[in-house]
Amino acid sequence: MYNFEYNRPASLDDALKALSSGEEVKLMAGGQTLIPTLKQRLAQPSKVVDLSGIAELKGITVEGNAVVIGAMTTHATVAASAEVKAKIPALANLAHGIGDPQVRNRGTLGGSISNNDPAADYPAALMALGATVHTNKRQLAAEDFFAGMFTTALEEDEILTKVSFPVPEKAAYAKFAQPASRYALVGVFVAKTSGGVRVAVTGAGEDGVFRVSDFEAALSKNFAASALDGITVPADGLNTDIHGAADYRAHLIGVMAKRAVQAAG
Amino acid sequence: MSATGIGASVRRKEDLRFLTGRGNYTDDINRPGQTHAYILRSPHAHAKINAIDISAAQAAPGVIAIFTGKDMAADALGGLPCGWQIHSRDGSPMKEPGHPALVVDRVRHVGDQVAVVIAESLGQAKDAAELIEVDYAPLPAIAHPGKALAGAAPQVWDEAPGNLCYDWIIGDEAEVDAVLKGAHHVTRIELTNNRLIPNAMEPRAAVGEYDRSTGDYTLYTTSQNPHVIRLLMGAFVLHIPEHRLRVVAPDVGGGFGSKIYHYAEEAIVTWASAKINRPIKWTAERSESFMTDAHGRDHVTTAQLAMDKDGKFLAFKVDTIANMGAYLSTFAPCVPTYLYATLLAGVYKTPKIFANVRAVFTHTVPVDAYRGAGRPEATYLVERIVSQAAREMGLDQAELRRRNFIKREEFPYQTPVALVYDSGDPAGCLDKALKLADYAGFEARRKEAAARGKYRGIGFSTYVEACGIAPSAVVGSLGARAGLYECGQVRVHPTGSVTVFTGTHSHGQGHETTFAQLVSDKLGIPIENVDVVHGDTAKVPFGMGTYGSRSLAVGGVAIDRAMDKVIAKAKKIAAHLLEAAEADIVFENGEFSVAGTDRKKAFGEISLAAYVPHNYPITELEPGLEETAFFDPLNFSYPGGAHLCEVEIDPDTGVTEVVKFTAVDDFGRVINPMIVEGQVHGGLAQGIGQALLEACVYDEDGQLITGSFMDYTMPRADNLPNFSLDTHNVPAPDNPLGVKGCGEVGAIGSPPAVINAIIDALSPLGITAISMPATPPKVWQAIRSARPSVAAE
Repeated sequence: MYNFEYNRPASLDDALKALSSGEEVKLMAGGQTLIPTLKQRLAQPSKVVDLSGIAELKGITVEGNAVVIGAMTTHATVAASAEVKAKIPALANLAHGIGDPQVRNRGTLGGSISNNDPAADYPAALMALGATVHTNKRQLAAEDFFAGMFTTALEEDEILTKVSFPVPEKAAYAKFAQPASRYALVGVFVAKTSGGVRVAVTGAGEDGVFRVSDFEAALSKNFAASALDGITVPADGLNTDIHGAADYRAHLIGVMAKRAVQAAG
Repeated sequence: MSATGIGASVRRKEDLRFLTGRGNYTDDINRPGQTHAYILRSPHAHAKINAIDISAAQAAPGVIAIFTGKDMAADALGGLPCGWQIHSRDGSPMKEPGHPALVVDRVRHVGDQVAVVIAESLGQAKDAAELIEVDYAPLPAIAHPGKALAGAAPQVWDEAPGNLCYDWIIGDEAEVDAVLKGAHHVTRIELTNNRLIPNAMEPRAAVGEYDRSTGDYTLYTTSQNPHVIRLLMGAFVLHIPEHRLRVVAPDVGGGFGSKIYHYAEEAIVTWASAKINRPIKWTAERSESFMTDAHGRDHVTTAQLAMDKDGKFLAFKVDTIANMGAYLSTFAPCVPTYLYATLLAGVYKTPKIFANVRAVFTHTVPVDAYRGAGRPEATYLVERIVSQAAREMGLDQAELRRRNFIKREEFPYQTPVALVYDSGDPAGCLDKALKLADYAGFEARRKEAAARGKYRGIGFSTYVEACGIAPSAVVGSLGARAGLYECGQVRVHPTGSVTVFTGTHSHGQGHETTFAQLVSDKLGIPIENVDVVHGDTAKVPFGMGTYGSRSLAVGGVAIDRAMDKVIAKAKKIAAHLLEAAEADIVFENGEFSVAGTDRKKAFGEISLAAYVPHNYPITELEPGLEETAFFDPLNFSYPGGAHLCEVEIDPDTGVTEVVKFTAVDDFGRVINPMIVEGQVHGGLAQGIGQALLEACVYDEDGQLITGSFMDYTMPRADNLPNFSLDTHNVPAPDNPLGVKGCGEVGAIGSPPAVINAIIDALSPLGITAISMPATPPKVWQAIRSARPSVAAE
């Protein structure tokens, strides 16, 4: 790890000031990606702004027909939340399946989606549930927020504050874990909403999370696993690595989508 | 049986300190004035070094010294030695290229040591290392052993044309060929034994210290055998005599073989500590462990098994290419020869066996012994081909094995590949395992699984292995450059408590408990009164360390022999005190008595008399009560057993779940059943890990793809079922304690059981082979290729 200045502001305003101080500044949420990156000397920020001291970025509330989760809310908190379990149990299950207890106790919703690791779980939930991402400056639909592998629409002077998840009629997340890292090799989030069925896939795509319109159309007509029979996802644009070639991932998208539909009931 | 004697499941004495974070590991040791070393390593698999410029790095803050290979060469240091010499079939010795601790002008694997930076802090050493400019000229590399012998393959060493280290044979090829030609049936197989990365929980570390006032060197290191390191490093690399070099291996967090070998970093910190006159610490980061710890396995094999019409094995022919990596590590050459080909008879009466093993150099980290070392490779080959033979012959797996087993009454059994098995009962182990596993109910379980959409299969592995290494004369005749006896010292203190010094080393095996049980049992004293010391050449007289499941079978006997000497002397003292003839003294339950009388002395009374010799046969006997024994065994130790694995495969995903695993093993006489069971659990986890999860992958350019736990899949608790274990113990006649090794059998016996189970599950689809690790995409692909419609659903 190289030397850097460490800053832990108590308010969003102070964090924004620190962020705009002109140097090579890195925001740190739970640090589950940033700290290993720093330890391996793969990043050399001059300043790290730790957001963990900002109370307004934490917490879970139900607002109308949506569950609103602060950006600095940990996976463990989401997994254990009575509100989330009651309104969107699939989201609590997803959070419970991230990493291990240590990761879940440190890692946060905001950190995960800002990093936009193509194998992270949360992006699938945001896309499938049609979530809205709130920052200090604006609101963005999930589709407009995720902009490819490790890339988001966040600007240099922007801090993610919360995510609003509309409550679906039914939803489930089915994940096939990469055996070593246990990140998603393929994770499929299926949500039946008032506006139709949405299916989002993480882990498989070269550009990160994406939706499967053929699945959505079939499931909007008939929300049953059998509705997906015979519909395949092309392997083009999917990842190939030592844990699975693109054709395997393409196949698993179908398998996991069916399992998610079954789990959604 | 006493509560703390032989056969009791005594709780491990060492666990209090381990479980409460009070272990003392090498990285916990900090010496006054200590500095920190960082090793600059090669990013290339193969490159010529044109120049190294350290000037900017030397000027960096906190830097004390930077050394390169030229500095070590200028001190006329030796290279890291290889402890075993194999001869090729033409009588020529193996090719043995030099292995400098820091390379001079060429790097030969990713992670090869290029320079060491020593600084006041580790951070400063790392900062400075980034300023070292190495002018590399990258060269083509070869990583795969199966491709290393090809004519066009890049060459690792000029002195080893075609990358061939040796071309070794055992047996009579013409005889075996003749049998193969005329046989009723020949089963053929091609397989790979996948390369593994050991991944001990504690990374390697070393602290070197030089005392200018005495000229003494001390090395604290993560070693399974500190005396061996003292010998190898002192005599061959740094030229320091034994009395000037102390090697301490304190608590060590797992080794699995990877901490047997003498590594460059040990020599670097010891040598450099004198150069800078300050202690130096080096601790591997996990990524360094991945790229520099000696790896395991990595064989490519073809084989043929000839049978008569009844399935009786007639001859077995094996051709193996074994990867040595870029340099010869300490034990590497013996692993695919004398620890592998000598086990090719397995538990069967195959009369004729021929094996040809070609060891090859590649641009990868050295490959050496890893839990099982050669015997897992042999067992995997034998049990795979035997299972395939049963399928081809249309015979039940148990039946074909029974027709060829060495029967209990046929031991001792001379195999055609050098070993004499002293004891065993393969059929007894299998029968017990079949019962425990409810083999009779398997077909019903298969049907039930099929109803749930799963393919269920059962796999067999009936194995024997040779451990407890080893008779020095035997290994010497086979090319070992050292003896493999063990030393035990028993120091009885004045009040009757005992300190045992053993040349073996415990890094997870529980010796501090097992050896204390031997003493408690034999001397009749409470186990709390026994302390076991290991891992320090300044305390323990001598030793060859722990590997090859030798600690109890060899080291335990040395302790037992030392106790015999203690008792013999104590009897003389007792005879004097009890005014009786020595021949009339009986030692039982910790008391010396005169036979047929009630006159007796407690053990503590005798020890006190030995150290306070007021009334003592001083003209005939020295005071004190301390004895040392060296034990060199007459034979190896031959544990064996039967492992049965049941798997269920999800055809949608290719995921294999081990749903049932039964192991019945023969460990001879068991000292601590709980510790033995723990050893089996760990070995099974590693064996199942090899079969389903673990694979070290280098790409075509020699870059390590599986360089972290993000990509190298370690077995975890949820990958494993509850194990069904039992023993079928046949005491070992060739071992004075009757014991057999237990540390490696899990890793030896289980991989073929798992793969055979997968093949059995998929055999209705016509699938006859699957390679390790049987990952989900591999299994899915096999199913898809066999029955496209299944996988497309």
